[in-house]
Amino acid sequence: MLELVGIAAVAGVLVAAAVSVVFGTNLVHSVLLLAVMLFTTAVLFVILDAPFLAGIQVMLYAGGVVTLMLFAIMLTRRSGGVAVNNETIKGRRLPAAILCSGLFALLAWSIHQTTDFPNGGDNVLATRQLGITLFTEQALSFEVLGVLLLAATIGAIVLARKRDHGEPEPAGAFQRPARGRKEATR
Amino acid sequence: MTLVNVLYVGVLLFCLGLYGTLTRRNVIGILLSVEIMANSVNVILVAFSRFTQNLLGQVFAVFVMSLTVAEVVVGLALVILLYRTMRHTDIDEASRLRH
Repeated sequence: MLELVGIAAVAGVLVAAAVSVVFGTNLVHSVLLLAVMLFTTAVLFVILDAPFLAGIQVMLYAGGVVTLMLFAIMLTRRSGGVAVNNETIKGRRLPAAILCSGLFALLAWSIHQTTDFPNGGDNVLATRQLGITLFTEQALSFEVLGVLLLAATIGAIVLARKRDHGEPEPAGAFQRPARGRKEATR
Repeated sequence: MTLVNVLYVGVLLFCLGLYGTLTRRNVIGILLSVEIMANSVNVILVAFSRFTQNLLGQVFAVFVMSLTVAEVVVGLALVILLYRTMRHTDIDEASRLRH
């Protein structure tokens, strides 16, 4: 009983944080609430007997992604102290709400209809087994993933770095509202 | 903790993320919502892995996490480039190919 209450509390915090991220008006608050959501997901992973994934979740998301998001917000904040705008597009709220609630209704209905869910016992899958699977059975996928991460890193650096002095800048870069700048140098 | 409850939570999170992705005006807000969607998929993968006693679900979750992080890195680089070019990160205003 107590366990059930705890799990319900975790799920409630998860959903509440996600709601605040999606409906909040301040972007910085949204990012910090996303961190709350990601931590709560890590707790859920622990409950689901996946401690390794919980650790990755905390390190990768809460440590990396949230910091990166905050950096991006601070870098793209308009000068002059204007609050970070995070409003939603008005004409798109109703169609999106209908679409999403429809999708939720469909998925919830199909979950509700299904009766024979697997419940394969209480053996805890060891992290050791996960490592063995990852580096033997799935070794090729793992290496492809490494190549992809390298490509993403290089791509991000190339996209976001500042240009050197001799190098042509992308059109409009670092110019104030780039009026009258005709030539697109790239 | 049964599989059904986790599935409901995951599906709810996914739909919330979809709503945010569709309605946000700021590019960073859209990236946040995409994070929520990826996270809900991870929850469902881990739940299935737990209740079918099959490790492939967790392996997939590891892959999904890495891919999401790569996506966020490239996405934020694009956001910063967009800001340098347009001086804002408003998705509706960024409809011109050339500045």
